[in-house]
Amino acid sequence: MQPQDGAAPPAIELRGIDKRFGAVHANRAVDLTVHRGTIHGIIGENGAGKSTLMAILHGFYQADAGTILVNGRAATIRDSRDAIRLGIEMVHQHFMLVERFTVLENVMLGAEGGPLLARGAARARAAQKRPGAAHGGTGAPPPPPARARAELKRLGEAYGLSVDPDARIDELPVGAQQRVEILKALYRGAEVLILDEPTGVLTPQEADDLFRVLRALRDQGRTVLLITHKLREIMAITDRVSVMRAGQMVAHRETAATSPEELGELMIGRRLAAPAPRPAPQAGPVLLQAEGLSVRDAAGVERVKQVSLSLRGGEVLGIAGVAGNGQGELLEALAGMRAPSAGRIFLRGQQVFPGRGFNAAALRRQGLAHVPEDRLKSGLLRRQSAAACAILGHQDDPSWRRFGLLSPRAIAAHAARLMQAYDVRPPDPALRSGLFSGGNQQKLILGREIERDPAVLLVGQPTRGVDIGGIDSIHQRILACRAAGKAVLVVSVELDEILALADRIVVMFDGRIMGELTLAEADERRLGLMMAGMTREEAA
Amino acid sequence: MEWFDAALPILAATLRLAVPLLLAALAGLFSERSGIVDVGLEGKMLVAAFFSAAGAAVTGSVWLGLGAGILASCALGLLHALACVTLRGSQVVSGMAINILASGLTATLALFWFRMGGQTPPLPSSARFLAITLPGVEALSGIPVLGRLYAALVSGQTALVYVTLALVPLAAFVLYRTRFGLRLRAAGEHPAAVDTAGLSVAGLRYAGVMIASVLCGMAGAYIATAQGAGFLREMTAGRGYIALAAMILGGWRPGRILLTCLLFAVLDAVAIRLQGVILPGIGAFPVQAIQALPYLLTVILLAGFMGRAIPPKASGEPYVKER
Repeated sequence: MQPQDGAAPPAIELRGIDKRFGAVHANRAVDLTVHRGTIHGIIGENGAGKSTLMAILHGFYQADAGTILVNGRAATIRDSRDAIRLGIEMVHQHFMLVERFTVLENVMLGAEGGPLLARGAARARAAQKRPGAAHGGTGAPPPPPARARAELKRLGEAYGLSVDPDARIDELPVGAQQRVEILKALYRGAEVLILDEPTGVLTPQEADDLFRVLRALRDQGRTVLLITHKLREIMAITDRVSVMRAGQMVAHRETAATSPEELGELMIGRRLAAPAPRPAPQAGPVLLQAEGLSVRDAAGVERVKQVSLSLRGGEVLGIAGVAGNGQGELLEALAGMRAPSAGRIFLRGQQVFPGRGFNAAALRRQGLAHVPEDRLKSGLLRRQSAAACAILGHQDDPSWRRFGLLSPRAIAAHAARLMQAYDVRPPDPALRSGLFSGGNQQKLILGREIERDPAVLLVGQPTRGVDIGGIDSIHQRILACRAAGKAVLVVSVELDEILALADRIVVMFDGRIMGELTLAEADERRLGLMMAGMTREEAA
Repeated sequence: MEWFDAALPILAATLRLAVPLLLAALAGLFSERSGIVDVGLEGKMLVAAFFSAAGAAVTGSVWLGLGAGILASCALGLLHALACVTLRGSQVVSGMAINILASGLTATLALFWFRMGGQTPPLPSSARFLAITLPGVEALSGIPVLGRLYAALVSGQTALVYVTLALVPLAAFVLYRTRFGLRLRAAGEHPAAVDTAGLSVAGLRYAGVMIASVLCGMAGAYIATAQGAGFLREMTAGRGYIALAAMILGGWRPGRILLTCLLFAVLDAVAIRLQGVILPGIGAFPVQAIQALPYLLTVILLAGFMGRAIPPKASGEPYVKER
């Protein structure tokens, strides 16, 4: 495991890092050695402690115990300022970019190079490009120093990271925003670049672009730390990989000398069962149908444009797409949480939209169940008990009422049964729902919805933030619904998940359906191209 | 020239009425751009009005009075920053608490110190900001329109009027052309980005709140020692709230805030002018209708009928480090 030339000290060395958050032991005596000029992967399930470890390295948290060595010298990292001084920069999962600033302003923030922002050469161009309200009067952006502009251009060319320095962040696609984050880090002199789950928001093609950039960084002597839970990425791009499980570092490997199977086993501590082959779908009658559906978001922007789809009993329809292409709004409309601006919806042959009483409660009574995308926002009440969450939306059911009032005893008994049946751990109905792990919260919600024996089940991001162990059991539940003849619609940004569950796959881009593929026709390349806005035929 | 004779005093009054609004609206601007909502403008102005009048009455110096007013306003500002930045409390609640505190505190202290029914003694001219006559008034008096405009509008204002007007371009320069301004605006838009850039969100927000406090102090001192001649109970009369409205209508930008403050002030000046005017067939002119316009305009803007008011994205939210 030593580098070829034993003389050069490692870029980063962590020894015995320990961190607790109350009762949670997030990092236990973690050791890690990262050699200069390598791409080092850190893989582990959600909650394994990867992000905490990187936050300690980046100065966001301080370790309770342990030492950090940078280039062989002991370093104290109290805050981001210290980390930046040591050349350690992080590209966060949620970008640290000011949306209303230009690329240049974001890159300069904290490294402006003087108290005044000097006049730059391209001011006229920037003003000319975006005339009107945003820059009327005194609202013009600061004329940035020509030096920063030149440096940005140089970095962009050196690493294939070209971005228009005068573009406002909120006008850029996500992939470009990520490039700005990387540019920002390089501008501040990053020697070690930490990327936290960088591909979650990217299409496969954008991810390939990112990997090219990371390889270029490595080849020019910089060090890259890649945090991910995707085995494929580790195998594709890293030189070395460290595996974390339950707060501990369980293994270090040369990527070339390991396999996805071994890493997967190390991650979850047991062997993963190969997915069982699915029987062919027993397509029944059409249970849910949408015609020409358009949906506007709260700001009035049309997010779903003329979408038509139909869903039969006994099949799973997967909706793939990069996050934010209208899938969320489509799901909300189908579930009755948001009234469409145009189109029609039929549930079990009955027109429910346009129609009186189009709302979530009415649709539920007619046999629709919905596991929302954002479980913390719309799936459960974080500060209420698991028992309360187990009846949420069905609180009118007479079976847990006594004398017209809710009976805590009946509710707790129902919740206990549900938690038993759906393996929610710990099976304590009195525990606040916010204290369960993501996977257990999801199992509780899924159980609540499936127990109502719906005809149609809508599931948004079934396993977002769920451990690998939990993913499998959630997938089994969804497939069981399919086998029981229910019509299931799954919205997911994870292609693996879509491929594991769906019989038919539609891809959404910019609010439209780019096309529909059967499972047999679908492969990652083709889906990726459609997710980037190509039609089914163009992507063939 | 009859219309000109009628308009000139209204224009002059507009300028004088705009000054406290402008100071308070710029105060709100700096605070909100850093991410801290400040509904306590009113309270800080009131406290500054009292302390500046009291200071001027006791020392006989209007400049010492101004200093006392600014210090008092800064004390309340520090309290607001402590509650909102350090202790991460609700910014609106803290601001309202400051307004209530200021209302009671000024009346009580005035009663206790001066025993004049909650007022300060009337200030003599020597302890007030007086109009400054600029050079050249005589020389230009021969020119028909310009001469009189120069004499009534440009010249003959108090020092604080000139300072305040100079503050508008200065505020724009600080916000858009300096490192501090870039960082301050970033703190109000995306504090986590400021934090990860190795900068102090708390430091920037304290700075924003304290700049606001100094400006509120000037506004209060202007009301008590330039516009008025001493402190009266509740003499700020809701101008802190109108300033908030001006800031929103001005889109959190100095230049547009100047325009909205002038608009609100001209409405106010016209309302004062029309007070007691009897309209044939209607009776007394309903000046309240004009006085309600600033609020009405703001509500219409917020309802989305006049473009969109886009506040700093993170204003109102305490910054808490999160994973």
